[in-house]
Amino acid sequence: MVAETLKDDVKAVVTRWKDKEGNLIMILHDIQDRYGYVPREAALEVSRQTDMPLARIYEVLTFYNYFKLKAPGKFNISVCLGTACYLKGAAALIEEIRHILHVDEGQTTKDGLFHLQIVRCLGCCGLAPVITVDDKVYSAVKRSDVMGIIAEHSKNV
Amino acid sequence: MKRILLQDTSGTLKKELRDFYVALNSHLRDNGLNDKAQAVLVADIGIYNKGIVAKVLPEGFVYAGLKNTDIALIVEKTILGGEKVAALALDKKNRQMRIVLRNCGIIDPESIEDYIAQEGYQGLAAALAMGPEKVIEEMKKAGLRGRGGAGFPTWMKWNITRGVKGDEKYIICNGDEGDPGAYMDRSVLEGDPHSVIEGMMIGALATGARNGIFYIRAEYPLAVERIQKAIDVCRTRGLIGKNIFGSGFDFDTEIRLGAGAFVCGEETALIASIEGLRGYPRPRPPFPSVKGLWGKPTVINNVETLANVPYIFLKGGEAFGRIGIEGSTGTKVFALTGKVKNSGLVEVPMGTTLREIVFEVGGGVLHNYAIKAIQTGGPSGGVIPEVFFDTPVGYESLQKLGSIMGSGGMIVLDENDCVVDISKFYLGFCVDESCGKCAPCRIGGTQMLAILSKISQGKGETEDMVKLNQIAQAMQKASLCGLGQTAANPVLSTMKYFEAEYRAHVIDKKCPSGKCASLVSYSINKERCTACGLCARNCPVNAISGDRQSKYTIDMEKCIGCGNCYEVCKFGAVIRQ
Repeated sequence: MVAETLKDDVKAVVTRWKDKEGNLIMILHDIQDRYGYVPREAALEVSRQTDMPLARIYEVLTFYNYFKLKAPGKFNISVCLGTACYLKGAAALIEEIRHILHVDEGQTTKDGLFHLQIVRCLGCCGLAPVITVDDKVYSAVKRSDVMGIIAEHSKNV
Repeated sequence: MKRILLQDTSGTLKKELRDFYVALNSHLRDNGLNDKAQAVLVADIGIYNKGIVAKVLPEGFVYAGLKNTDIALIVEKTILGGEKVAALALDKKNRQMRIVLRNCGIIDPESIEDYIAQEGYQGLAAALAMGPEKVIEEMKKAGLRGRGGAGFPTWMKWNITRGVKGDEKYIICNGDEGDPGAYMDRSVLEGDPHSVIEGMMIGALATGARNGIFYIRAEYPLAVERIQKAIDVCRTRGLIGKNIFGSGFDFDTEIRLGAGAFVCGEETALIASIEGLRGYPRPRPPFPSVKGLWGKPTVINNVETLANVPYIFLKGGEAFGRIGIEGSTGTKVFALTGKVKNSGLVEVPMGTTLREIVFEVGGGVLHNYAIKAIQTGGPSGGVIPEVFFDTPVGYESLQKLGSIMGSGGMIVLDENDCVVDISKFYLGFCVDESCGKCAPCRIGGTQMLAILSKISQGKGETEDMVKLNQIAQAMQKASLCGLGQTAANPVLSTMKYFEAEYRAHVIDKKCPSGKCASLVSYSINKERCTACGLCARNCPVNAISGDRQSKYTIDMEKCIGCGNCYEVCKFGAVIRQ
């Protein structure tokens, strides 16, 4: 299903940015916004439409943490490991999630439901420790809250 | 129109607060006061454990411990009469002073009218009337220094770029706030976007730049949205475009997104990123002021720096220069977090002491544990032990202590935090974020981290501390950019002030604060154990066994030292050694 509209999607994005210098990162942002990650086919298509070598695109994609090369899960759990969250026990939360979902950082559960990522500071240190599941923010999370947060999402599937 | 802000606590008061909010709203409606006052639930007013707290704007009266029966009185006296209800008021000495955050939480950030009503864009008008030379002169009087960390005088930066010949120049707002533990830039971009745009325009006028770029972290989508909306509305109002205010000054600006690379906070790496490349720093000179974006003269200012600028042109450079202390004028926003009671953003005049910030503004240490140190400056900064808490904050004073002002992270560490663990955390961050271009940073960081891991596992040797020092010095001298040059600071400053704690790890194989799992062992005191079994249920590896009669014991073979049992035991029966 990705492939059908892919050409047009990429074309729209490339057209939007074509007059701007140094547009590659912005193009990749737009593609990730659309697909949740940057599929290899999309990168190939960008390369074709902009005459930019694929290596040049991957050079950028692999440098920046924000760009994802694999499809994320249905729900994306981000555990903040900024200083404030770290001090207030974020490491234990990660341990608990690993324990419950059997995934490591950057991995997705076998059913494709949950993707675990560790982020360096979500910029809400006053609420530490913080977990987000997609756009929903959970503040002052305790180890014992983790199961509930996961259950809250998995029951809605 | 007055606003009554209510602190939306998620704790025990949830229900009472909702009731109060509903009652207040119906009281306002029933008395036909909906056009006089509006009740707003806000995330945080900064007052805790005082019951329901309300703040009335614009007067700024703070009321605490409110009950539904107080509503009529507040409405009559304050909303209609504009007076303070003394019996309900919570007065505390206010150490804070809001310049950068002057509008945050007070105006609607998406309304340019709100901003204009707070004298918005009048600083720009004043600057346009002055002309570029006088603008720089005024900035020199103000003495504003870069709030991103290095503290370079802003007027000087502008003056250098102004002096470079070239028809095309750029001004960049650095909104790539990457320090884990600081978030003032996000708050300003989200809460008062126009002040940053106005500051940028004054900078553009002074330097001769006609194009501005906001480089903002993609992780801050709301900040991006608010700045974009603000730019759009400025464009339709003629505040951005050609011949602004009929002065002949042209200016346009756009947003470019960061993509999650801490090193892009460094000027030359940031420029590479805007150019669509990997965020690699390059050797300086040439400095960006001479050869920056697309090879053109470029000035780069931090968000907080730019947010100060309109205020300077409203109140005058001299007035701004009188705030703070010599060499460090104005205010600084700190993200006060960690083991402190009231965590959040605080803005204090420079020269306020660390003790005042943590104990008076921050309310002291969480759970009343003993304070160990304050960490400032994030991964490039250092720790400051309690003996120096009476130091007034300023660029030089913090540097003398082996830390830095940095972007304003201020993290409180208590007796349960281990300095080896903290150093490992910060260094781990820098190793992750090192771009890998230069060897001192790439290899040095990794080696230091390996040594620290060894120490925290109880495998440290005495030479290790010497080695850490040697590598740290090599990194400081030889790294290409600020990331590598400062990455060792947390290690150096903790070794300087807490050498005994390092020695305890290395020689006695003990972690005094019990954080390093390999160096602590847990046991259960049978006298105190009530056989509730809570520890056994919380043990992730089933290392605790027992029953009502025999009580509980920990199998040291299985124990991984996670400390869960220690934390959950309500009777102090789990002993950590």
